[in-house]
Amino acid sequence: MYIPHTKKDKEEMLKTIGAPSFEDLVKQVPSKFLWPKFDLPADSLDESQAAARMAGLAGKNCRPLNFVGAGAYDRYTPAAVKAITSRTEFLTAYTPYQPEASQGTLQAIYEFQSTVSALYGMDCANASMYDGASSFAEAVRAAVRVTGRKKIVYAAGVNPQYMDTLKTYFAHSPEYSYVKVPLKDGAMDHAALPALLEGAACLAVQTPNFLGLIEDMAGVADLVKKAGALLVAAADPVSLGLLAAPGDYGADFAVGEGQSLGLPLAYGGPYLGLFSCKKEHVRQMPGRIAGLTKDKDGRRGFVLTLQAREQHIRRDKAASNICSNEALCALAATVYSALYGPEGLKELAEANAGAAAFAAERLGAITGCSLKFKGPFFNEFVLSVPGKAAALREKALAMRGVDIGLPLAPLYPELGETLLVCATETKTEADILKLADAIKEAL
Amino acid sequence: MSKPEELKYTKTHEYLHPGAEAIVGISDHAQHEMGDVVFVELPKVGQKLEKEKPCAVVESVKSAFDIYAPVSGEVTAVNAAVTGEPALLNQSPLENGWMFKIKPSNPAEAETLMDWTAYQDFVKQAAH
Amino acid sequence: MICSVTDNKLSIEKSDPGRRGLWCKNPLRAKAKLPAALLRKSPPRLPELAEFDVVRHYTRLSRLNFSVDTHFYPLGSCTMKYNPRFNEEAAALEGFAALHPLAHDTCAQGTLELLHDLSARLTELCGLDAITLQPAAGAHSEFTGLLLAKAYFEARGENRTEIVCPDSAHGTNPATASMMGFTTVNLASKPDGRLDVEELKKHIGPKTAVLMLTMPNTLGIFESNIEAIAKAVHEAGALFYMDGANLNALIGMVKPGDFGVDMMHLNFHKTFSTPHGGGGPGAGAIVCSKALAPFLPVPTVKKENGRYVSDFGDGRSIGKVKAFFGNTGVLVRAYAYMLAHSAKEFGEIAVAAILNANYVAALLKDLYPAYSKEYCMHECVLTPGADMTAKGLKTLDIAKGLLDRGFHAPTIYFPNIVHEAIMIEPTETESKETLDEFVAAMRDIHDKGIADPQALKDAPHTMPVKRLDEVQAARQPNLRW
Repeated sequence: MYIPHTKKDKEEMLKTIGAPSFEDLVKQVPSKFLWPKFDLPADSLDESQAAARMAGLAGKNCRPLNFVGAGAYDRYTPAAVKAITSRTEFLTAYTPYQPEASQGTLQAIYEFQSTVSALYGMDCANASMYDGASSFAEAVRAAVRVTGRKKIVYAAGVNPQYMDTLKTYFAHSPEYSYVKVPLKDGAMDHAALPALLEGAACLAVQTPNFLGLIEDMAGVADLVKKAGALLVAAADPVSLGLLAAPGDYGADFAVGEGQSLGLPLAYGGPYLGLFSCKKEHVRQMPGRIAGLTKDKDGRRGFVLTLQAREQHIRRDKAASNICSNEALCALAATVYSALYGPEGLKELAEANAGAAAFAAERLGAITGCSLKFKGPFFNEFVLSVPGKAAALREKALAMRGVDIGLPLAPLYPELGETLLVCATETKTEADILKLADAIKEAL
Repeated sequence: MSKPEELKYTKTHEYLHPGAEAIVGISDHAQHEMGDVVFVELPKVGQKLEKEKPCAVVESVKSAFDIYAPVSGEVTAVNAAVTGEPALLNQSPLENGWMFKIKPSNPAEAETLMDWTAYQDFVKQAAH
Repeated sequence: MICSVTDNKLSIEKSDPGRRGLWCKNPLRAKAKLPAALLRKSPPRLPELAEFDVVRHYTRLSRLNFSVDTHFYPLGSCTMKYNPRFNEEAAALEGFAALHPLAHDTCAQGTLELLHDLSARLTELCGLDAITLQPAAGAHSEFTGLLLAKAYFEARGENRTEIVCPDSAHGTNPATASMMGFTTVNLASKPDGRLDVEELKKHIGPKTAVLMLTMPNTLGIFESNIEAIAKAVHEAGALFYMDGANLNALIGMVKPGDFGVDMMHLNFHKTFSTPHGGGGPGAGAIVCSKALAPFLPVPTVKKENGRYVSDFGDGRSIGKVKAFFGNTGVLVRAYAYMLAHSAKEFGEIAVAAILNANYVAALLKDLYPAYSKEYCMHECVLTPGADMTAKGLKTLDIAKGLLDRGFHAPTIYFPNIVHEAIMIEPTETESKETLDEFVAAMRDIHDKGIADPQALKDAPHTMPVKRLDEVQAARQPNLRW
């Protein structure tokens, strides 16, 4: 319990209030509902007992050498990132409703928006969304609003969880249709685009795609524009240290999962939705946006701006119902990007591509295994395995403590027995040799 | 320059300068109440509007206001200047800050709107 | 003031080409071979700084903030209570923090057990039957709840298109309804701030899907007619949704399920003490009755033969509202908080929260009339008195005056139905002494404001910046470097 009141405090306060007893204060609640029995542990734990319980639970999670990615990546979190995000002036503040008392959070958000805009090569970005999936869904929603069209064309390489989330967002409107651009050698089949794009609100594409392959975006934006549609691109922010930015290939909206920028995996969240767009769509951005302005004395300062789009003002006419953002995660990503800088992010991207290339080379050489696709990939690739991939994964985990990758059959049955294998900059040559050995032994 | 007396008014504070190509904007009283206008969203030329249905949006820093069509008809022109410089709605609501022009489909509808005297009374009453 | 007035630079303005903070030296970099056509044209314009530059820059920024740890923060409806350090330490344990969301269930037994136990305790506290922990925030929970309603009625072959909520509701309620394609029916509150049951009866019927009601409502008042409300909703065949944003007033004291609530949401960053982080991350939940349980998002956690496993349901689920499991890192903190409270101690939270709000109201209502003449629950809504209004002083001025006196402002101009609202939620973790200081500051603002209104209209005077030009910010948005 974290309540400071002593018995004497309570008595004095009731006296000041002028109520004979606490029960008088809650007379508005029908008494039959008050103080029911709860089937909960009779007593709470003291802090040392609670610490032991938490450590015990944490210890029940095992720590394999992990080669699973699929939208959430093993990243090293620099000490300075942890130090800044645990400063309680950031941690225990709230949405900057009083700008004069929130300049730290507001400037950090402005710098975050700048960082995301720079990485994605876009004109502007918002103060963040819940995660990559919700950013993706909101970007497609925005494209639908702008174009007034209801046909959503998406590449088969978009993260299936993103598509699930999008479909849930549109669950109430059966008039929306989803048209998949088929895979060709693991990437989007360009030849299919012109016909599919007719009457579309947008083309939603992810690169590197869910299968790890880097989509060839040359000429795609032109096709999209010709069809009167918008281009929505999802990209891993670390990959953008090296790879072409969505702005380079003409995206209208660009989104991504910011977990890559040094956030812990934490079994799925909190993560960080990155959302950016071209200037002409600035008012289509959902959620909070910080802007630079000046105070009465002409001094630089920051405020939340373009607020009239938001739920607390527009209520049932708001672009989105989103209220909170992921400010602390956004701060972590901003600090991470500032620590590595453009050179460091390029090195990180190279290390990812290099580790995955080395892993692909080793695993592709194992008898019975082969690389499913030939195209260029970033930090993930699809490996065909003999026998059941799911059984192989369990075996390697049990025998060697190596999580060799995600079996893809439930998501992409057409690919046969395959694993999606990921290697980030956290993996060494020795780790990858262990991975190869674990697979060989489990086969 | 439109004089306030030449205009017709709605209960939602839009004005209409009647004519074959009628001009629509917000009253001086409305711009006062809204405060500094920061953004204006106009209908599209060619768009068919229905009387009393929302057709545009005016935003101040912390509020958004729907603008309702004073009469039914087709939009024939919009004032692009106000999207670039929303302050025009505050500075000159009846002249440079007009919002759009409409070709009324039923000219009789304009007759149902308040004239300047009735509107002044309406504003006074609402203040109580 | 603690910050240097000369330094208000952006990180990019401190950048020096060639300066480095961190490196990535993994030798596998050499193995990267990607076609030049796929590479970016120019490097992103990010700052080039030494690690110390970065640390000093953001440490300086942190000191420009008010926060719960540094200042009393009575932001109504946001429940800015103390965020226990223990929660942070628990969430940082490597076993929790490093777990991949697609880890095999055998590797995630600790986290799954935690989620299972957290689920069980929360459903018991709410007096309901089932729960999803997947929503990332309160508004996201509302969205999930309305999806459940949609699926529930579809399964029954009913087409219901309307959401009913009072005019005192949080803006997220109508925004969520509209996002889902529902029409919102707004009900005017009675003069005492409560829902008018007769009005409600007139507005609900075969088209009504859900009544969304915040309890206590945003005026800090409990809907005493709760039984009649629930009865009317159920007689119309509709569902009763409780917005749980203000659960801090009720926790451990009542079970919302007993009122006839069919589903409700929780905000972990409010009631369950997880930090607000400058606007997030939060985490939410929908707790619901048996009838709605089959439609919950998947996966949920179940126990089978002594093991915890992901449960993907029987195919009736609404699907996913978020990738993976939810904001598990926040849920670990909430569970740590849970361990620190028995049911009786949860009740103590409600008691102290209600006591604190009434104490502040009692000491201020002579100068700042309360909207409601009754006792309040966990928050009170006050207004500037006639003497201040006569001097042209507004709620905004009072808010800025508080900043000068070292207090964060309450929520202002909300609920919308109260003119010049000042909504104060002290929370249970603030001591009587802190409240006394706050009351003294509010009284001082009144006295000094009456004596010199202009000085208060110019407030704040002691903050890093004065009042900011929000008109310019919105007219010519400058959103990035």
